[in-house]
Amino acid sequence: MEDNLLKTCLYDRHIALGAQMSPFAGYDMPIQYTSIIDEHNAVRNSAGMFDVSHMGEIFVSGRDAERYVNHVFSNDISDMQPGKVLYGMLLNNHGGVVDDLLVYRDSIPDSYLLVVNAANIAKDFSWLEANAEGFDVNVRNESGKWGQIALQGPEAEKVLVDVLHLDAAASLAFYSWCEMQWNGKRLIVSRTGYTGEDGFEFYSSEDEIRDIWDTLAGSGVVPCGLGCRDTLRFEAGLPLYGHELSDDITPLEAGLGMFVKLDKPEFIGKEALVAQKTAGLTRKLVGIELDDKAVARAGYPVEADGTEVGTVTTGYRSITLDRSVCFAMVSKQYADLGTRVGIHIRKKVFPGTVCRKRFYVPHYKK
Amino acid sequence: MSKTVAGLLYSESHEWVSVDGNIATVGITDFAQHALGNLSYVDMPETDDEVTKGEEFGAVESVKAASDLYSPVSGKVVETNSELEDAPERLNVDPYANWIIRVEMSDPSELDDLMDEAAYISFCEKE
Repeated sequence: MEDNLLKTCLYDRHIALGAQMSPFAGYDMPIQYTSIIDEHNAVRNSAGMFDVSHMGEIFVSGRDAERYVNHVFSNDISDMQPGKVLYGMLLNNHGGVVDDLLVYRDSIPDSYLLVVNAANIAKDFSWLEANAEGFDVNVRNESGKWGQIALQGPEAEKVLVDVLHLDAAASLAFYSWCEMQWNGKRLIVSRTGYTGEDGFEFYSSEDEIRDIWDTLAGSGVVPCGLGCRDTLRFEAGLPLYGHELSDDITPLEAGLGMFVKLDKPEFIGKEALVAQKTAGLTRKLVGIELDDKAVARAGYPVEADGTEVGTVTTGYRSITLDRSVCFAMVSKQYADLGTRVGIHIRKKVFPGTVCRKRFYVPHYKK
Repeated sequence: MSKTVAGLLYSESHEWVSVDGNIATVGITDFAQHALGNLSYVDMPETDDEVTKGEEFGAVESVKAASDLYSPVSGKVVETNSELEDAPERLNVDPYANWIIRVEMSDPSELDDLMDEAAYISFCEKE
């Protein structure tokens, strides 16, 4: 394995478990421990745990923090209560997505935590710094200091209480968070995740994260790799930066308009998105279900009426549904539900039908 | 440690071949199925398709990726294993009991380029 890859604080655990490791966002990360299918099913049916310590933690504080976050963030944080979490995007001036992220509002006034994609930490941080001019804010990249575990699945709450004894967090609503302690150290617990199931994410320093991992492992919670993290988020219709989102894809094209508040007075990218909305979209992210079991992979061309009309962004044979489905960015006129299209898979064209992106209806706790 | 079977021939792209007269039966090895993980689809040629030694004749899909299958011999496909259409996971369970295609060889001397069991075991150790 390459020497220059970063290791999370749980790296030794992955090696000891015999995980299949692979480079991801500059880190040497576990793809699977036993099998992607078994780990996927553990999350859908009971509970699984993920090392997501590679994710980035950027803290924003200062007198202008609210106005600043609203300036760089597509969603509206002005009505956000302390202890709440909001999903949205950092946009560039063309309305393209710099990153998608979670914003946590602290109970300390004028204080926010931004949780960003590992692959984009450096890009996001320099973007945030570059756009902080004129705001009285302090932007700190603390990604290296924080470890993170995601506990996901219908039994996550039971594990939270029975194994971790974090009873106070059991009453959290979906997309809210609280401060707790683990071995006397700061622990952030949020009811969030990226799997389409109920679950919690834990942020703490390295020793505490290792201890939480060991406690969960000791109780039989299934360790899950990035392989099933992708199959789970995909089935639930959740985008992955670099596939469904990029600097050149707008949230409107990706079908994420509900996380863009065009009625806010101003934010970076607003003008471009208003213009795009006025002019009408030329392409749109859709779901496609194939008639056959062949699997459409990222980059495969989508065709209709004998011409290329789009590209697959992610595709799998859905583990939960046992159907071959994919996301694809296609020309607007082929984006209506029920439209028949074909996907080039190796030497053949496999027919399919445009369908909703949410292949699996998430089971969140309201 | 991957399983191998005595009496079979093996390619560097991890296909196995069993020879009966002019007919070569082709599958993937235990090493291959283990490296690929859970298989979800086998893309096979049609009967009567021509295959060429060293060239792609189909693919196997795992959860994460598609991997091309390379024909260890040249000739005409005389049969494909239709059981794999609905049960590709058979390749994970027993890759040697579940063949993929049968080829009527046009040049049986191509078999000389394949490895025997002992040579394949040492080849896998270096992979």
